[in-house]
Amino acid sequence: MTEIKKKGLSRRSVLKGAAASVGAAIGSGAITGFPTYWAQASKDITITHVGSIYTTNPTVSEQANKDLGFTVQMQTLDNTTQINRMLTQPETIDVADFGNTNMGYFKNRGILMPIPVSEYRYWDKTVPLFTQGTYADGNPYSMQGYAPIKSQFWADQSAQEYSLTPTDWLVGIPIMYNADTLGVRPDLVPHKVESWGDLFNSEFAGKVALQDGVNVGVPDAAVALEAAGLMTYVDKGNMTREEIDKTIDLLIELKRAGHFRSFWTNFDQSVQLMASGEVVLQSMFAPAVTEVRTRGIECQYLPLKEGSRGWYIFQSAMAHLDGGDKLRRDCVMEYMNWCNSGFNGVYFSRQGFYSSVPDLMKEQLSENDYGYWYEGKAATADIIDPFGKVMEKAGAVRDGGSLWDRMGNVGIWNTLMDEDRYLVRRWQDFMAA
Amino acid sequence: MTTYVSPRAASWLQAAPFALIMTCLVLIPLGIIVVVSFMDFGFAEIIPEFYLGNWQDVLRSSLTIDTYVTVFRQLAYVWTITLVLGFTISYYLIFHIRSNIWRAIFLAACAIPFWTSGPIRMISWVPLLGREGLVNQALMGAGLIDQPISWLLYSEFSVIVVYVNMLTMAMAGPIANSMAKISPSVIQAAWDQGATEWQTIVEVIIPLIKPGFVVGTIFIITAVMGDGFLVRAMSGNQVNTPAVAIMNEINAFQFPPAAAKSVVLLVVVLTMVGLLLRFVDIRKELAR
Repeated sequence: MTEIKKKGLSRRSVLKGAAASVGAAIGSGAITGFPTYWAQASKDITITHVGSIYTTNPTVSEQANKDLGFTVQMQTLDNTTQINRMLTQPETIDVADFGNTNMGYFKNRGILMPIPVSEYRYWDKTVPLFTQGTYADGNPYSMQGYAPIKSQFWADQSAQEYSLTPTDWLVGIPIMYNADTLGVRPDLVPHKVESWGDLFNSEFAGKVALQDGVNVGVPDAAVALEAAGLMTYVDKGNMTREEIDKTIDLLIELKRAGHFRSFWTNFDQSVQLMASGEVVLQSMFAPAVTEVRTRGIECQYLPLKEGSRGWYIFQSAMAHLDGGDKLRRDCVMEYMNWCNSGFNGVYFSRQGFYSSVPDLMKEQLSENDYGYWYEGKAATADIIDPFGKVMEKAGAVRDGGSLWDRMGNVGIWNTLMDEDRYLVRRWQDFMAA
Repeated sequence: MTTYVSPRAASWLQAAPFALIMTCLVLIPLGIIVVVSFMDFGFAEIIPEFYLGNWQDVLRSSLTIDTYVTVFRQLAYVWTITLVLGFTISYYLIFHIRSNIWRAIFLAACAIPFWTSGPIRMISWVPLLGREGLVNQALMGAGLIDQPISWLLYSEFSVIVVYVNMLTMAMAGPIANSMAKISPSVIQAAWDQGATEWQTIVEVIIPLIKPGFVVGTIFIITAVMGDGFLVRAMSGNQVNTPAVAIMNEINAFQFPPAAAKSVVLLVVVLTMVGLLLRFVDIRKELAR
């Protein structure tokens, strides 16, 4: 990889691209000696970015290598492997991105680099979900589960404990976020689904599915149990042992009565379940709904009255960069700034994820795309996904409306509970039942 | 130029490479697993303190019993079905097909499915057994049912079907191998004595294929006891077996309880294999 990219056809475009996209940084003084010396010196640097299938892909890495004066090597790992590698071999990684359900693993570990707010160019353009802990209208959001503000700031430069109030040190740079609800097959469900409680409606016995796992499946089940009037919680995102016991017992009862069709582990399985009609109602991720629709099968993703389940993906640099090669660290910061500056955000916005800097997206997406994806407007022309397939015909409106219609009512966030140990143990009982 | 090595030293030297591999790649990791099973754990960390909780949970909880009941039930079904299929397939191939060419062709036909990877062979059952799958469509079309049958997929039934699909050859292979070693003159002698085909099977063939049967059984036991992937995919994560329980804990970064469960699983499997080997001296039979 390094050898190939070093032979630098891309060098010239690097200087050009870097000069254009980084102009703002020179002013802020984040990088000194820029651009000529820096671009010359950085050309031999390769940085390793590990992440999920959503955040690491050849299209984006190709563009990054075109725009930047160094090489970015992307590695796609499954969540478990990635976390294991981050915890045991952090020095083999420079940049990593991860979902909020993993935040609990990074406290007190000293593996992430505290990112100075001053070195991240778009902090003042970032949605207040991350900077303030509020919605766009200034109202605070639900703190059930791992809400963004719970792990956005390090208390100090030692990067050990999170701070709920803003500091100068970011845990990571928010990349993408969204809010999930239930996926519904309107052709197979007789009435309009308005509440999570329908997940446990006996009308749909044998035709519902949950995500298999304690970070997403359990919060979904808890919201639905509460909506159905079967349970009440103090904090669904961080249950007590008693609450876990009652929840699992209720789920076991439902399972024995044949209520669940399946429990899915990955995106593809959830698409398969929905597209094949095995399931008519299930907890689902946004791109999976998109995928079902791309196959010409109706699939709704409706706002529900209890609110949606929010999640976000962070990008962070690894701690070994501080105190290592200064140039390398600067390249990593430069890359992280690049990730939110345009191409990458445009690419995943068109898959239905939200960028943490929507104003920048507005400048770069077509009016039709921005209107459809972010503003809840009817498409004025066909909506094409990043892979070139027609996703929606002109006239279509995105389920859930605009960015803030959708993100403005989060009932719970994906989570990692303090009682994780007990919860995993009881979840196993549920599966064995 | 000859250098003298005592026979004793020579056998030590011959055994050394294998002993080294076994120690480094099997015994030491196993030792670590045992040690870890006695440790406490937190969020994705192993706390190096002596802790009995993992073992108390494994030995006392109903989860252990539930998962083992499930896996033994699956094993009983899979073993019985693959044994019947494996035996009849082998018997037909070895004793009923006279032409060597046809025997080779049929054997090759049995092997063709293995050209595709296991996960693909497994997943391809999904569109067949689903609610709107081919089997349900056919049954509905034939007017045999008026509602799709949902237990065909994401149930223990689908788990067993796919196990049988994946493992029948593991049983048939060793049995066929044993049958092929039976001298035709033995069969001829039985016939000459006036034995019926059934008597020949029960009194001559079955006793002579014991090693193949034991080897096949060992394959089935280790495959079914150790699998988690197939169970999860085909049951829609609704069935929990000891291997699935271990996978779940590893995915939650809870290594010590997973280690304790692994040790238990290993002991159970080794015991079963050990018992089987008491019935047949595989080494002697293979040398035959």
